[in-house]
Formats: sequence, C-alpha cells, structure tokens
Amino acid sequence: MTAEAEIGRRARVADSTAPMIELRGVSKQFRKTLDLAGRIAQRLGANVREEVVHAVDNVDLAVKQGEVVGLVGESGCGKSTLGRMVAGILPASSGTILWKGQDVKTLPPEQAKAAKLAIQMIFQDPYASLNPRLRVDRIIGEAPLVHGLVTQGEFDAYLAQQMRRAGLDPAFKRRYPHQFSGGQRQRIGIARALAVQPEFIVCDEAVAALDVSIQAQILNLFMDLRRDLNLTYLFISHDLGVVEHLSDRVVIMYLGRIVEEAPAEDVFASPNHPYTQALLTGVPRIDSRKRAFSAVRGEIPSPLNPPSGCHFHPRCPHAMARCREEAPKLKAIAPGRRSACHLNDGAA
Amino acid sequence: MSEQPTIEVRNLRTHFFTKAGVVKAVDDVSFSVGKGRILGLVGESGSGKSVTGFSIMGLVDPPGRVAGGEILFQGRDLAKLSEEEMRKIRGARIAMIFQDPMMTLNPVLRIDTQMIETVLAHDKVSEAEARKRARAALVQVGIPSPDERLKAYPHQFSGGMRQRVAIAIALLHKPELIIADEPTTALDVTIQGQILFEVQKLCRESGTSLIWITHDLSVVAGLADEICVMYASRIVEKGTVDEVLDHPLHPYTRGLIGSVPSRNVRGRPLAQIPGMTPSLLNLPPGCAFRARCPRASEACLVEPEMTAPLPNREVRCFHPHLETVAA
Repeated sequence: MTAEAEIGRRARVADSTAPMIELRGVSKQFRKTLDLAGRIAQRLGANVREEVVHAVDNVDLAVKQGEVVGLVGESGCGKSTLGRMVAGILPASSGTILWKGQDVKTLPPEQAKAAKLAIQMIFQDPYASLNPRLRVDRIIGEAPLVHGLVTQGEFDAYLAQQMRRAGLDPAFKRRYPHQFSGGQRQRIGIARALAVQPEFIVCDEAVAALDVSIQAQILNLFMDLRRDLNLTYLFISHDLGVVEHLSDRVVIMYLGRIVEEAPAEDVFASPNHPYTQALLTGVPRIDSRKRAFSAVRGEIPSPLNPPSGCHFHPRCPHAMARCREEAPKLKAIAPGRRSACHLNDGAA
Repeated sequence: MSEQPTIEVRNLRTHFFTKAGVVKAVDDVSFSVGKGRILGLVGESGSGKSVTGFSIMGLVDPPGRVAGGEILFQGRDLAKLSEEEMRKIRGARIAMIFQDPMMTLNPVLRIDTQMIETVLAHDKVSEAEARKRARAALVQVGIPSPDERLKAYPHQFSGGMRQRVAIAIALLHKPELIIADEPTTALDVTIQGQILFEVQKLCRESGTSLIWITHDLSVVAGLADEICVMYASRIVEKGTVDEVLDHPLHPYTRGLIGSVPSRNVRGRPLAQIPGMTPSLLNLPPGCAFRARCPRASEACLVEPEMTAPLPNREVRCFHPHLETVAA
C-alpha cells in the first residue's frame, strides 16, 4: 500500500489555496500551410490563403486541488484541444500554463517530467486509445516500470492492485484489448492512467461511447477514485447531465472561448449567458415529459471563419448592434461566477 | 381506440443463422403504433432494437431473416409480401431515418438528383414537379435557402443539416410510418433540439406514426407517447411514457432509469446495474436478465411470459415492482 500512502502524502503537502493548474491567456491555432501548388497560385495572384483555425482563443482557467471542473461545449468548440493542452499532449500557441504555480515551459527537466506524469488523460474511444497488439499487463504496467515507480519484483502485485482498483479481474492480465467489452476497455484506460499515480486527470468524453448502464458504472468509479485517491478532474463532455452529476464547477465554451463559468448548482439553476440558457433548454431530461422541443436558431458556425464580435450573436435572441462589433469580455458577475455577455453591462 | 393501428407487430422473430449458431436478435416482439402516435423503442447496444426496425422495413440481410411472426401495416402482413410489393411500400408509405445520414445520402450525387430520384421512384410526375416537392420538403425541415442547398453535395452540409436532408427525403412521399434509428445520437445538443422540434411538429400536423429507436431515455421522455424497453432481443416492459418512467415494473427498466444522471441524485452514486449484457449466442435458460437482477429467484430459471399485471401495462417478469405503483 506504499503507493496509496505516497499519494496521500502528496495531497497533504500540496497547497490547498493555489490552483493546481492554471491557464493564462492560452490560445491554440491550427494552420493549414499552403502546398507548392497553392504557393504558386498565390504568387500568380489567385485568392488562396493559409487557413487558420482558432481552436482555443485566449482562455483563462484555474482548477484547484481536489476539484472537479466540467468543461462543456458542442463539437468544434475547442474543449478537447484545451484538454490536450492541459494534459501536455499539445503545446499552446501562446499564453502560459502553470502547474502548481510554475510555468510548465520553464520547469527544470526533472520537475517537468514529474508534472507530466502527474497529469494523465482518459480518452473517449476505448476502442481506439488502446494498442490492440499489447496485452493488458503491458498497456497498464509499461509506464510505471519505465518511470521506476515499481520494481520488476513487485510488478505483479502492483499490476493486480491497479487492475482491481479499476474494477478489472487481474486474472485477465494476459488478454488483448479486443477480448474485452467497451466498458471494460474504458476501465483498462482508467487503470493505465492511474498506474503512474497521477494527481490530475483529464477525461475527454470518457463515458460518451458507453451504454447507459455501463456509463453509470464508470461514473461511479470516477467518484470512488476521486474520494480514495484525492484526484482532481477536468471532465470534458458534451453531456450536460453527466457534467451536472459530477462537477463542482462548470465551464462552458463556444467556438474557442469560455462564455460562462460558475459553480455547478448556480449554472444549472440560473444560467447567465444566452448560449448556456439555450443549451440547458435543449437538453432532454428524463423528468420532463411530452415537452414541446424548442430550437435555437442556426448552425454552429465554422471555427475557420467565426462570426465577428460575440461568436454567438448570429444565433442569440438578444443580439444587439454592439454584439456584432465587440467581443464581450469574461467578467465576474457574482462571486465565483464569470460570464461573457454584453447584457450584463446593464441596459445601456 | 377502435381505429386500426398504423403498424402492428405480432410475435416477431428475426434470427441470424451464423456459423457459430443461431442468434435470436429479435425474439417474440409485439407492439403497435396508432396514427400520429410516437413509440420509443429503448434498449442498449445489442438488444435488438435496430434489427426490429430493419425487419419492418424488410432490410434484414442474410444470414438473417424474419423467422416468424406478423408485421401488419394497415392490416397487410409485410413479412409475406414479395420483394416487388415491398419495394412499393418501402420509401413511399414507410420510411426510415438512420443514425448516420451518410448511410442515406450518396456522396457523389447532388441533393436535388437524389431527392428527385426518390420522388420519381414512386410517383409518375414531371421532373419540375418532383423538384418542387423536393424543395418543399427541405423547407419543411427548416433548411435555409433551399434552392441553393438543392444544388449542393452532401459533404457541403454539416452533420445536423445532413440529418435534416435525410429526414426531408423520408418525408417526400408523406409516409404513414417513419422508423427513426438513433437519428440524433451523433448530433450536438442544440441541433438535436432542432430535429426533435421538427419531428414533433410533423407527427402532430400530418398524423405520421413514428417509431423512435434509441438508447437515450431522456429523449424518449420528452418525445414519445409509449415506450417499449428491450433487453436481450425481447421486450421486457411496455406502457405509456409516464407510467413506465415513473413506476417502472421491470427491474431492468428500473436499473436503466437509475443509471441516468439527473437532478435529484447529483453527486451521489448512481444506481448501477452490475455485470453486462449477455451474448445472444449463448443466452442462459430462463430470464435473460437473471444474472444481473437483484430480485432473481428460482422461478426465474423459467422464461417469463409477457403479462399484464395492471391495465395498459405489460411486463416480462415474475417479480415486478408493483409496490411502487400502489404508493
């Protein structure tokens, strides 16, 4: 049980007030550079340009120790890109990411490695995120062995412990991923992430591909693990029901920007931003029967060519002239609540 | 309710005769949908809900076939029709909408080509008339600037727009019955809201009957009149939406409802169903839910029949949760 003791110690040492991870003005652009033909065409005066997608646009976000932050948005809003930057898989184009108060880019190599190990990610598709040619013992056990968290002698016991914790029978350790069901595979993904004793988990749509009854099992597992291992989660999902169930705080994104951030109870009780309101009325609930579905107008615009000003203005029922020109800033509207909407500036 | 239902399925069995053995994908399934009514067919992956839809459409491919039962569409048994007769009904009187609209749309043809072709397949009208109808169908599902959109290719549409086009194609012949197989599962919340809005309006205004196949109880809660819950190829519970969701009789339905995160259980552990769905290749004898059921007893070693312990309620269980109804 040394691993558990170690995690407990780290949790106590961690400063409980400073955010565990903090993003300051983080942006990510993806560029499609011109190929040779494109460059020639451009020389000759054709109207071809480099395409730039602003996947994440100037985002500030802080996650405190032990907190579960739900990150919600529809496809193309940049929530997965943001998650990947937090997990250190993608570099940010600009802005700083702080891990326990220190910029991850300027950390000395030893600490940088420790920080990367401490942040792990669980992916959406349990069919695509496991190497089909590796047996479960290697999928879960390779990283802790390589990083020296466990010796060869203790390996079997450690592996069994990790598998049991994720709800897997250690007797299956010589099996391949294809021999498991979807829910069990997601458990393998969870065991793999937890095997390196992380403190922070990024879950990217981790239950979206699962059946309802299996989804409930995995959500319960996440909650148990949070309690037992004192984990901090960034929980990315498009499913508002799941986010409401798990999160302490909710962050809502639309086309690369955060539009609203609030404690979970508040956001579901009294959403401030018109987009949040639209999302919440759109979500089907088991306790609302024979309702008349109402529709938000319009499509989600392409992030290649987002609308000017407030990105939501073409679909917003309250849009004014100002919304077309000026992007609203994310401002505090109440303690712990931020929203990016001009309506909050009063009826001026 | 003396009116004849639009579709009545009686003891439908669809089996797949594979090398590994007979897979009973749909086993003894019965339900009916009246005019303008919406039936939610709910179940998890592999429960047989999609195959039920395919069976009605006559789209089950070998090694599968409809092995028994009747599919009465306005009194005619579809299972007994020849391929030629079925072709006249399919697409014209019964239409299907699939989860992935790219299954319906041909990626190399323009939308107008595909829609006009669909119109002409069943009606002898001029091409101009067919185009007019195609345009009207696009307007009906809320597609802006339909004249330009008719000339576009499927890849130029977003996912939600493609699904609308697929629905518009299904509407071209004003079918009496639409079978929708998870049509909003791949869509975003706001787009799903738009599609549900259109579908609801359609059933209300034109009296089209709808079978909505889904794994998502919360969509069905807001949309359907009746629910059939399927588990391992069989319907285990049947009733009106309010009855089934508020007073589930079958332990599986109860478990399923408890698994859905909702307002009143925030932060608390969800009621989970232990274990997983059994393989249809070697179902244990007796009730298929037995191994996961908290109420299972000796009696469950025998296959339960569909019974009606209450008026308008049907359940396939020896130990239904009748106590919740009395309360």
